[in-house]
Amino acid sequence: MLNSLTGVLSSSPELLALFVGFGLVVGILFGFFGMGGSFLVTPALLMMGYQPRVAVGSGMAFVFGTAVIATLKHHDLGQVDYKLGAIMIAGTTIGIETGRASVFYLESLGIAGGIISVAYVLLLGGVGLMVTRDALQGDGGSIDHESADKDLSEYEIPEIAKKIQQTVRIPPMVTLRGDVRVSAWVITTVAFLTGLLSGFLGVGGGFIRMPAMIYAIGVPVPVAVGTDLFEIVFSGGIGSYLYGQGGGVDLAIVVPLLFGSALGARIGSAATAVVDADGIKIYFGGMLLVGATAVGIGEIGSYLGSEPIEMLGLILVIGAAVVVAMAIVYTTVMSLRTTRRKQVSAAE
Amino acid sequence: MAGLEVPTWDPETALLIGTILVEAVVLYVGYGGLERLLGGRLMKMLVGGDEHAQ
Repeated sequence: MLNSLTGVLSSSPELLALFVGFGLVVGILFGFFGMGGSFLVTPALLMMGYQPRVAVGSGMAFVFGTAVIATLKHHDLGQVDYKLGAIMIAGTTIGIETGRASVFYLESLGIAGGIISVAYVLLLGGVGLMVTRDALQGDGGSIDHESADKDLSEYEIPEIAKKIQQTVRIPPMVTLRGDVRVSAWVITTVAFLTGLLSGFLGVGGGFIRMPAMIYAIGVPVPVAVGTDLFEIVFSGGIGSYLYGQGGGVDLAIVVPLLFGSALGARIGSAATAVVDADGIKIYFGGMLLVGATAVGIGEIGSYLGSEPIEMLGLILVIGAAVVVAMAIVYTTVMSLRTTRRKQVSAAE
Repeated sequence: MAGLEVPTWDPETALLIGTILVEAVVLYVGYGGLERLLGGRLMKMLVGGDEHAQ
């Protein structure tokens, strides 16, 4: 522990500044889009040459800290289904531990970095394509935290969730908020699979868990948002603890990242009140696609032992995130200035 | 550490995770306070008025 703390203090100022700056950028993206807080952290750490267990473990500890802050902000919404959360924590924790054990096993074989990078290329590419397609089609697509303001009675259970509830009736059956009755096994399976993804990649997994809760379990959107946050605090904490026991959590990475991201999340969240997220979503999709390409380039560089190619991958990952975060800030300031000018001319 | 494990009590790791938890709470409270203190002035500087500070 003392080593970890001295590690923070003994980090070079350049590295600390890089992590604080990267955290700020990641926080703006998370605060604005409600997801994507951790997509880029683990791949960037891998490309910086950190051991896979440290890249994934520190990524997960960062997610845990981010979830604590987001939960403190959302605690007054009162839209957490604690029964669902408790059942999910068990499944997610087992999933995270399975993911963690896989990383440690692959690391002992010397292939963890490569496999995690390939998984990231597929994940970033897949989610990037989905977001870009939604943005081009002009439908909202993603589930944002603003939907938490709606009343539970306004939500209808999706057809696919109804079908699962009618087909899979393995006891014990549980009744959730919004009068949803579902097999505990469906909940545990969803929790395990999303936990596995979290434990293997060091991401929060909200971008998969929330749609899974809505479409596989039939949970109303606001409950999915609140329960997801509640769930990440516990499972992310346990996951970080398990990684920490294996020396996978580096405070010299997590502390400055969180320092920057907590501020960034406030900026991003405030920007949602001014700028329409759908207008910028295409850049977010593009950023994820560039991220997928960058991780691929970095992995090729690592395979060829070429430092310049690895550096190019790292610059692309961080650069893509910086460009989108700057676009959010710039659009917000411009939009505020336009509104201000209109108000002044109306007053005159 | 490569197999599945049941978490066991480890004070050092608990302190490590506790540090992150405390940092998160301190940042939430600290940035919240800073936003209330400086938010209006910052908005005035950026857009030339403080109507949108909240």
